[in-house]
Amino acid sequence: MDKLIMYMQYPFVRYALIVGVLIALCSSLLGVTLVLKRFSFIGDGLSHVAFGAMAVAAVTGLSNKMLLTLPVTIISAILLLKNNENSKVKGDAAVAMISVGALAFGYLVMNVFSTSSNVSGDVCTTLFGSTSILTLAETDVYLCVILSIAVVVLFIFFYNKIFALTFDENFAKATGVKTEKYNFVVATVIAVIIVLAMNLVGSLLISALIIFPALSAMKMFKSFKAVTICSAIISVLAALTGIIVSILMGTPVGSTIVAVDVVAFAICHGIGMVKR
Amino acid sequence: MKKQITFDRVTLGYDRKPILQDITFSVSKGDYLCIIGENGSGKSTLMKTLLGLIPELDGDITFSDGVKRTDIGYLPQQTPVQKDFPASVYEIVLSGFQNKCGLRPFYTKKEKENAIQNIIKMGISDLKDKCFRELSGGQQQRVLLARALCATDKILLLDEPVAGLDFNAMKDMYELIESLNKSGTTIIMISHDLSEVEKYASHILHIGKSVFFGTKREYLEHSEKKGGLI
Repeated sequence: MDKLIMYMQYPFVRYALIVGVLIALCSSLLGVTLVLKRFSFIGDGLSHVAFGAMAVAAVTGLSNKMLLTLPVTIISAILLLKNNENSKVKGDAAVAMISVGALAFGYLVMNVFSTSSNVSGDVCTTLFGSTSILTLAETDVYLCVILSIAVVVLFIFFYNKIFALTFDENFAKATGVKTEKYNFVVATVIAVIIVLAMNLVGSLLISALIIFPALSAMKMFKSFKAVTICSAIISVLAALTGIIVSILMGTPVGSTIVAVDVVAFAICHGIGMVKR
Repeated sequence: MKKQITFDRVTLGYDRKPILQDITFSVSKGDYLCIIGENGSGKSTLMKTLLGLIPELDGDITFSDGVKRTDIGYLPQQTPVQKDFPASVYEIVLSGFQNKCGLRPFYTKKEKENAIQNIIKMGISDLKDKCFRELSGGQQQRVLLARALCATDKILLLDEPVAGLDFNAMKDMYELIESLNKSGTTIIMISHDLSEVEKYASHILHIGKSVFFGTKREYLEHSEKKGGLI
């Protein structure tokens, strides 16, 4: 406990906690929708796209990597989420294609044009997250806070529309809801969340952050509202616990958070069984 | 009788590949139209075109008498997504009002009251807070019907509404649909079970190798001449 209080004196620890909690909150909000729409793996796919874009940005020497990463990820998200019932490549295959394609491309670019001597180290950092959450600058924190607030506000504003779209997109479209427009909003929000979350857990573990809280909540609750709220709470608690444990024990931040999420899922599964 | 929907020599299909050609029929207020045809004859293509989910390839579709394309409430066949969807009956019924919301983020008090009204109308008020995935097939159909009524009460398009229901649930469903029809809602029903449909339908559209449209009596005479059902 003393150790924790001591650590809390450092601003970088406080920043890490703030950013971690916010990202966990945001990623859990859309998790329910993504899981139900059979897009559990979109987090993985998009984060690899972001990884590829980041590699290109690093090589071309862009000062602000976000300028390239964010638009590219948003475009990929829109393409993937377009009502894919009639498309030639089905959802899971499309995600897999984009995912491995972008990953390979990013690694290739990094390897061929890299300026750093430790390429595999760099790659490992991007994939599994780094200690970078502990080296956040104040501006990063502000950016993250602003984007997170935007995501939460957008989510609340579009909550009923997201529900209608997730439950039955064709019905919504047939009765005159502008589904394309809202799909666009959802895709943008997802892309923003993923680019944000890459800093925290790295691109490989983003899927975990998106789907575990949603799955845990779905085990216990039966209405969409309850599931959404519960998944946000689980996600925030898991991120908080994960970060504190990782600081105290010196474990990697990303994987510790995911480990806590897995434990939370097991507990929720148990509670769900008892309830039934 | 005022015509609400008119199909004038419409060609339907996907990706510019025609599946059905020269479809001509019309629906008037208060009609009970049954669309029948074998599997693969293009029933669901026709349905999607009618709903505006896919564009028609040729011909004209006109909506008249104050009816817009989006005034068609629709009872879909269940999708796999809905089988494990955590949502309460009330949440689902309420989502039928989404088309009236525009950019407004929340439902109005009146919409919430109407949703309850429709739930009562469908005889499922005791299930209001239950989870959709835990209901029986017949109950789920009633929930979706209540949602369709929230979207519109002018025209209902039902896609095989009794598929997978047991005999009693099926009978109840048909009676419910009939009572909606009697209160002035136009019904368009897709079905392959002709014997059941015969009792209720006012008009029949048969699609497939031979296309026929007419009143039920015309259809029965037509098929008798041909020696059995077409």
